[in-house]
Amino acid sequence: MSCELTPTVLHGYLDGELDAARAADFERHLISCSECVTALETQEKLRSLLQRAALYERAPLALRQAVQAQLGAPARSSVTPIRNLPTWRWLAMAATFLLAVLLGWRLLPLVRGNHGETTLASAIVDAHLRSLQPGHLEDVQSTDQHTVKPWFDGKLDFAPPVHDFVDEGFPLQGGRLDVVHGRTVAVLVYARRKHLINVFVWPTSEPDSEPVSGSQLGYHWVDWRKSGMELCAVSDVSPDDLANLHHLLVQ
Amino acid sequence: MDVLDSQDRARFEQLILPHLDAAFNLSRWLMRGRADAEDVAQEALLRALRFFRGFHGGDARAWLLQIVRNTCYTWLEKNGSLDLSTEFDEELHPQPSVSPETLAIAGDNRERLTRALEELPVRFREVLILRELEGCSYKEIAAITSVPIGTVMSALARARQRLHLVLTRSTAPHQQEAAHEL
Repeated sequence: MSCELTPTVLHGYLDGELDAARAADFERHLISCSECVTALETQEKLRSLLQRAALYERAPLALRQAVQAQLGAPARSSVTPIRNLPTWRWLAMAATFLLAVLLGWRLLPLVRGNHGETTLASAIVDAHLRSLQPGHLEDVQSTDQHTVKPWFDGKLDFAPPVHDFVDEGFPLQGGRLDVVHGRTVAVLVYARRKHLINVFVWPTSEPDSEPVSGSQLGYHWVDWRKSGMELCAVSDVSPDDLANLHHLLVQ
Repeated sequence: MDVLDSQDRARFEQLILPHLDAAFNLSRWLMRGRADAEDVAQEALLRALRFFRGFHGGDARAWLLQIVRNTCYTWLEKNGSLDLSTEFDEELHPQPSVSPETLAIAGDNRERLTRALEELPVRFREVLILRELEGCSYKEIAAITSVPIGTVMSALARARQRLHLVLTRSTAPHQQEAAHEL
């Protein structure tokens, strides 16, 4: 080992944390130091291993519900550990949820207008949350639009528009079928940095519309109609990111 | 204690809840067990709710993750599983001469990577998780872990080297010994 350079410089470079002058210095150093070239390659490899291994663990639904309940109720001074909740309370919670879903479905048809939009948004945010549970995200996992598109054929009576926007920072992750308000819909899954975006697609006979957006439980959504399809994108990414994906999808 | 009014709650829901995944992920990697991680993350969110009046804008994710981290450390300390004494004065060794290819084979397995990460001291694990999984900048990591940026940089360099050693040790013991002798 002959290189005298402080290792933190290499890591700073790897992480994009050096200022332009120091980054340029390091790049000049790389020309003459094969040791640092190998070390940098090794670190890049390590990083890609970590990122490819899907180590990120999302909050379980039970935690989200517990936090939501805490937010709704007056804040208490102690925590009830969620895993210790008696079974009947889970059952009660599940029954309440089911009742709410049934009521929502029976009483409020899938129509536009403020009320309809809010229930539709709830149903879609719920579907988004469900999809984040392990194993529920994609039925067809592929970053190739030519794999995802044919997968929908024969499963649906419409053809959802499938495009990959990897160059624009929204790589396609796959697709699945889901049920929203009793209707089978197509879902396209996109990634945005560490976050996931579900785009729900179903046919509509309504005319094209401008995007309508909102947020619920900390998730943002944007909904629009174009060429006989209604699309609703939902995610925890920023509303700006969602707006960008909307622009890409309507192009 | 102050009870938040509905406006505060709406703000909390908008600013803090989108980072619930980040909170859980950090807690999961600091606590190791999933069940503990859920309890700790829930307690941290409750603390965040309680202290929310003291949050005056800025980086909501860093603010929440700082609370999560402190909550985790409190639990670890209570259970006697927090050991901070050893690692920071350790000298940073030069990179061992294991090729990127060897590393690729060694680390191409989620389970093995998970075990290797869990084997790291918590101070190293947290900077790696924040940097590689959460995508935090050095500045954000410094804010979350309450240490100077210089310390973040050296912790990260050491953490990566450690992880690298742990991974290659399990597949290439001879090479690793050789690396030590250099």
